[in-house]
Formats: sequence, C-alpha cells, structure tokens
Amino acid sequence: MTTLNETPSVRPAAYAGQSPAMWRYGGIGAILAIACILPFAVSGYRVSQFSQVLIFAIAMLGLNILTGFNGQISLGQGAFYAIGAYTTAILLDKTAIPYWATVPIAGAICLGAGFLFGLPALRLEGLYLALATVALAVATPQILKFKGFDPWTGGVQGIQVDPPAAPFGLPLNTDRWIYYFCLIWTIALFIIARNLLRGRTGRALIAIRDHPLAAATMGVDTAHYKSLTFGVSAMYAGIAGALGALLSAYVSPDSFPVLLSIKFLVGSVVGGIRSISGVFIGALFIEFTPNFADQISKAAPDAIFGIFLIALMYLMPKGAIGILDFTAVRLRRVAAAKRQN
Amino acid sequence: MQAFLHQLLSGLANGGIYASVALALVMIYQATHLVNFAQGEMAMFSTYIAWAMVNAGFPYWAAFGLTLVFSFIAGVAIERIIIRPVEHGPVLTIVIVFIGLLLILNSLAGWIFSYTIKSFPSPFPSDAWYGSKYMSSHEVGMIAVTLAVLILVFLFFRFTLLGLAMRAAAQNPVSSRLVGIRVGWMLAFGWGLAGAIGAVAGMMAAPIVYLDPNMMSGILLYGFAGALLGGIDNPWGAALGGFFVGVLENIAGAYVIGTELKLTVALVIIVGVLVFKPAGLFGRTLVARV
Amino acid sequence: MTAMLELRNVDAAYGPTQILKAVDLAVEERGITTLLGANGAGKTTTLRAICNMMVRVSGEIRFAGERIDGKATEDIVRLGVAHAPDGRGTFLDLTVEENLRIGAYTRRDKGIAADFDRLYGYFPRLKERRRQQAGTLSGGEQQMLAISRALMLRPKLLLLDEPSFGLAPLIVQEIFRILRTINRNEGVGMLLVEQNANIALELADHAYLIETGCIVMGGPAAIIACDDAVRRAYLGY
Repeated sequence: MTTLNETPSVRPAAYAGQSPAMWRYGGIGAILAIACILPFAVSGYRVSQFSQVLIFAIAMLGLNILTGFNGQISLGQGAFYAIGAYTTAILLDKTAIPYWATVPIAGAICLGAGFLFGLPALRLEGLYLALATVALAVATPQILKFKGFDPWTGGVQGIQVDPPAAPFGLPLNTDRWIYYFCLIWTIALFIIARNLLRGRTGRALIAIRDHPLAAATMGVDTAHYKSLTFGVSAMYAGIAGALGALLSAYVSPDSFPVLLSIKFLVGSVVGGIRSISGVFIGALFIEFTPNFADQISKAAPDAIFGIFLIALMYLMPKGAIGILDFTAVRLRRVAAAKRQN
Repeated sequence: MQAFLHQLLSGLANGGIYASVALALVMIYQATHLVNFAQGEMAMFSTYIAWAMVNAGFPYWAAFGLTLVFSFIAGVAIERIIIRPVEHGPVLTIVIVFIGLLLILNSLAGWIFSYTIKSFPSPFPSDAWYGSKYMSSHEVGMIAVTLAVLILVFLFFRFTLLGLAMRAAAQNPVSSRLVGIRVGWMLAFGWGLAGAIGAVAGMMAAPIVYLDPNMMSGILLYGFAGALLGGIDNPWGAALGGFFVGVLENIAGAYVIGTELKLTVALVIIVGVLVFKPAGLFGRTLVARV
Repeated sequence: MTAMLELRNVDAAYGPTQILKAVDLAVEERGITTLLGANGAGKTTTLRAICNMMVRVSGEIRFAGERIDGKATEDIVRLGVAHAPDGRGTFLDLTVEENLRIGAYTRRDKGIAADFDRLYGYFPRLKERRRQQAGTLSGGEQQMLAISRALMLRPKLLLLDEPSFGLAPLIVQEIFRILRTINRNEGVGMLLVEQNANIALELADHAYLIETGCIVMGGPAAIIACDDAVRRAYLGY
C-alpha cells in the first residue's frame, strides 16, 4: 500500500523549516500587518477577492488536516462548504439569529455531518475514499435542488442573503467589514489547527496516516480519530461556506458543483498538502489563476489548467511549501559548509 | 404493469452502459489498483470522434470500428505517456494527475467540438422489428451490443495467449517478468481495451443522453457504483452490478424518489456497499497480512 | 570449456544496502551447481542479480559467453534462463494448465503441446490437477508447478530458489530425484540455491558456500561435503 505522499517526515512540514524564532515571528508579524492594511490599499472588488482567498484558505486548511495529516483523501470538501453556506442562508432567511452567530452554528452542524460521513468512510482508503467523496460532492447539488426541500432551500433559485453591516458603528463599508470578519475567523481557526496538530492529536493523526496498523497496536483509537478528523475538516469547510454565503450574498445549488471540491484539493496540493501555511498559497492560486489560464488560451483554459496540474505532479509533487522547504534546507547546508571552511 | 416492465427493461438497457463502464474500470483496477477517474471523459472524447466521422459522411459502423481503434491507441498512449511516470507514486499524486487528465479532455472536447448539445445517431432504426412498447429498438440494440462486448472480452481473456498474459501481469507482475512478459505493455493494452470498451458505452449512450462534454460524468458514477456492487476485483460481477444499478436507478427514480435525485441513488449504493459488504456481492474479501 | 553462467566480481545492493560483495561463481553447461548458505546470506539476491530483478548490480555476469548484466529481465529470460523464485511465484488465480502455458509465453515453436505431456510425465500429480486453480495446490505440488513452469521455457539454465522450503522430507526427495532425471535427460543446467545442505550436496556436482554476501568456499560437491567446517556448520555432524 503506497503511503499518501512519499516517505514520512520526522516532523510535520508545518515546522520543518526551522529558522531562528526571531525570523519566524517577524515574518508572521509582517504578514499579519499586511493583511490588516490590505482593505485600505486596494479597490473594493479586490477586497472581496481577498476575502474569498481567506475563505478558501479556511476550507483548504480543513482539507489539509484530513488529507495531508490524516491521509484520508477527500474530494467532497465542497459538499460541506455548501451545507455551511446553506445553513447561514436559511437561518438568516427564516430566523432572527444574527449573522455572526450563524457561522459557529454552521460549523457545528458540519462537524456532526462530517463525523457521520466519516463513519462509513472508515472502511475506505485511497482511491475508494476519493470516489465515495466525489459521489457526495455530485449528489449535493442534486439534493439541494430536491423539490421537497424547496420551502427551506428556495429550490433552484436559491436564497438571497443580506450582507452584514459593520458592528459598533465602525466606519467600514460592507466589503471591508466582511474582510475583517473573515480575517478574525481565519486567524482563530489557524491557531486552533496549529495547536491541534502540534500536540498529541497531531501525532496520532500522522501515525494513522503513515502506519495505521502500527498506530492501532500502540493503542491509538484509529476509528475515533479518523471520524473525528472528518468532522473537524467538515467543520472548517462549513465555517468557510458560511462566510462565503455572507460574502456572495447569495446561495444556490449550482454555486457548489463538483469542480469546487476539485479546486479545494488542487489548491491544497499546490500549496503543499502537509503544510498549514501552504493553504494561503493554494488559495491565492485558485482564486487568481483562472484569469491567467483564460489569458493564455481563451479557447481551452481548463486544458491549460489540466496540463499545469500534471506537470506539477511530475515536478513539484510536494507543492509550493515543499519547494520552499527544499530550498531552505539547501541554503542552510550551504551556510553550514561555509562556516566550516 | 406495463409501465413497470418498461422501467425494468429500460433500466436493463441503461444497465448495459453502466456494465460496460464498470468492466472498463475493473480491468484497469485489477492490473494497477487504480480507479481511472478519467474513464468517462475518455469515452466522451471517443464519442465525439465518432460523431465527427459520421458528420463527415462515414457510414455508422465504419465510424464505430475506427473509433474503437482510435480509443484503443489513445488508451495505450495515455497509459504509457501520462500515467506511467506516476504509477507507483503516492495515491494523492495519481488522483491529481487523473483530475488533470479529466480537465484536459473535457476542455479540449468543448473547444474542438463546441459546447452545444449534439444529437448522435443510433444504428438501430426506430421502426425495427425488435422494438416494442416495452423497449425501444435502440434499447434492445444497446443490450445486444453490450452483451456482445462482454462475451468478446471474456473469450479474449479466457482463450487467447495475450489475454492470459494480461491476466498474469495483473495478478503477479514479478512472476510475469520471469516468464518474459513485458508487464508495462500489458498494462498499456489493458488501458487500450478499457478505452475501447468505454467508447462503446459512450456511443451507445449518446443517442439517449445527447452528446455534450459533460455527458459521461453521471454515467461514470453509476459505472463505479456497479463495479463496487459487483466486486471491484471481479470483472463479471462488476458487469452484473452495472445491470443491477441500471434497473435500480430506473425503479427508484420512477417509484420512490423522483427523477431529480437519481444520482443520489449512486451515492447511496456506493456508501451502502462499502459499509455492509466492501468486497461487493461477488468479490473476494481480501485478508491483509500484517 | 567456458562455463554457461559466470559471475565475476559481482556486487549487488537493495538501495543503499549492499548484500553481495565481489561474488565469483560459475555453472558448467549441463551441470548442477548449488549455492549454500544460511538465512540472509545473499542466496536469493544472487539469483535476482542474475535476472536483474529488484537489485542494483555491478560486476560481470555472462551467460553463454555474452554479458547479461544490465539487460532487462524479459530479455534475459528469452536467452534461455528460467527462474523458479522463492515462494514459488505461482500464478495463484490461474489454473495449473494456464500456469504451464504462460511459462511458454516467449516460445514460437510447435513443441509446446509435447512439452505439456513430457512435464506431466515427470509430475503426474500436476496432470491430475491440471484444471484446478493453482492456489488450491499443496506446497509440494506448487513447487512441482514452479519447476514445470520454468521448464516450459525449454531453458538452458534453470535457477531454483530453495525448492525444499517448507516441504516434507519425502516430497523433497521425490522432487530432487526428478530434478536429477531432468538434468540427465534434457541436459538443463541448474543453479540450485538451498538451505538444506544435505540434499543439495547429494544432487549437485559443484558447490559454493556464501556467508554475509561473500563466497567463502567453492569446489566439487563431494569435497565440500567432506570438509570439516562445512560438516559441523551446515550438515550437523
């Protein structure tokens, strides 16, 4: 049985590039500062695009936890994204629950849904699991269009969502407020993921990914962790979906095709499926490259995309973070050699 | 009663297409333990090639035959050129390569042939003697063609040396090399055969679902459900599974859940089989040595 | 007379782990040579090196005077080298008959049907079971099948990896008796890798001893069998 992605690394790729703490905190600080200033530096449309980038990053972080760290391939992340989006839309449409409360509710519902799907998924591995999740992703728009659910889902036409206004009378327009709202969630969810993956849970997940039998014989409750991971991953997607609904102010069944799930997986792989920070690169990729592909070939942009994907797998299977890590290791070796001379 | 019989027989006819796709999937799976995600798109592209030939004036069966040849060669080429470099790599890499292949084929079809829906001719005239109120003549023809394909493939694997070599290479590549079988080429031929079988499925389905770049995605899922149901390592069980899924889809769609949720049937079957009987109805339960 | 098979200064490694070190070995035409050694000594690796399977090889390997190191396994097979690997290598899902037929895959001559009869003559039990799935055969029968499958190639050289492994002594005797008959009647040269030194030295005319990847002794089987160190370490008396 081939392992998910090459030989297992001793430490998770998230902190394999061990530069001095000062550099790292400095780097993170700089990026955060840029993130905070961003909405004032670019035009309104771009702000929405960057909000979308943050939202994608959250969904893909969930996917990395599931696929990169726990080895369960999922092509169904889009389905849970859709569930989260519809949860927010329906709650805002039918109840008086404020918009900011719908997000954790969406997360909770998806946590449960993901856990439930994770139970039968326990029996599946590799390509089998991938195909089962594809089935889920394909079935979701159909289920959403089901006439019996129309009173809630609004059927094919979907539901309009009122965009949220900035709280406490802050002088922010809608675009910017949504961006900061997403940013808050992004930072919170990242910190949670980091802590989760660094500790015992993270080691258990990685053990299950690399040697499930050995992990089980050492007392790791494989089934428990695997279904829980599915739930957590779905929770991330659900929260992302909820934020997405607020951003686009509209949900409909056709907004969540299989392609969305495929995009999430592709983005994760491009950034580096085993990294936490890589998801930003991946999110930027899937938000902005369709435009580039269009520019290269008006006629068959997806074909260009497809060729790029295949080339990526031949040349850079570990994604962008893999290349960065590789370069960092090389540079450190060069520096060490220089110091010795 | 008549309506029920019609649904049943029509389901069998559809099931023939799913059976063909299931067979193609299992053939590749047996040899490589890979499920070819792009099988549907390959079939779709082949069908477009056939359409182009018919449009250019070729008689139907000539176009049919030439398409089979083209699909076989394309399958071999795809395996040798695109899949071989990553065949033994991590599963995730392979999934991405399949996705890339899928996108390329889908997009190329749309670009070369445009996205407008086209009609595809059926070689079985609608007033033929074998049509009836229970089954259209095309549906009868579909089942006949599917059965013919299944029988031919069976005979090939059972009674020819090349078929034997391909079976051997799929089961035990190491021992196969020791008797001189070039395992890599056997794999490629398997892909070629799968491509040809998929093309048959596409050409049989197109008159009913109409020709457009996305026509095979649902069919692929049903084919996979059928393959799983019958046993992913058992080609004949998988074909049987395909027929069964076809009937189930129609009956469930007509009497239980309505036609919009038909693809959900595929999902339910897939998850159900995997939960209750992962080896499928006719597959072998694999015992893994620790 | 140049040997049919010659290994000169052969190293073999799996990845970074080197197994064989400077191995020199020869098998005469029509002769039976045995390679003896304990578990892990490098016996199977030697056979794999000859077939260029799974190991990285350096050094010279000559078959009938021609160099075969570096050639693809499938091409080496076509030169007349048949290999009954460790674990028998049976095609478990094919029938006995199909196993034999696939052994003759590379042959284009018309003698295949006659060869079926010949091998059924040596191993009547296979004939009884010829339509059975090979996986249902007993260990001894599978070993007979492995040897027969290799012989369907009409090879000049037969490589046998521990044919006695896991088999009852009576069966082993039977198989080795048939091997001697085949060698005399057909003139097939054999390189026999074995842990069971007793029976191997009875069959072979030439013997080598391998320990941790190095050949430590080589010579006529009768002389090796009388050597004190060998007797104590490998023959148990």
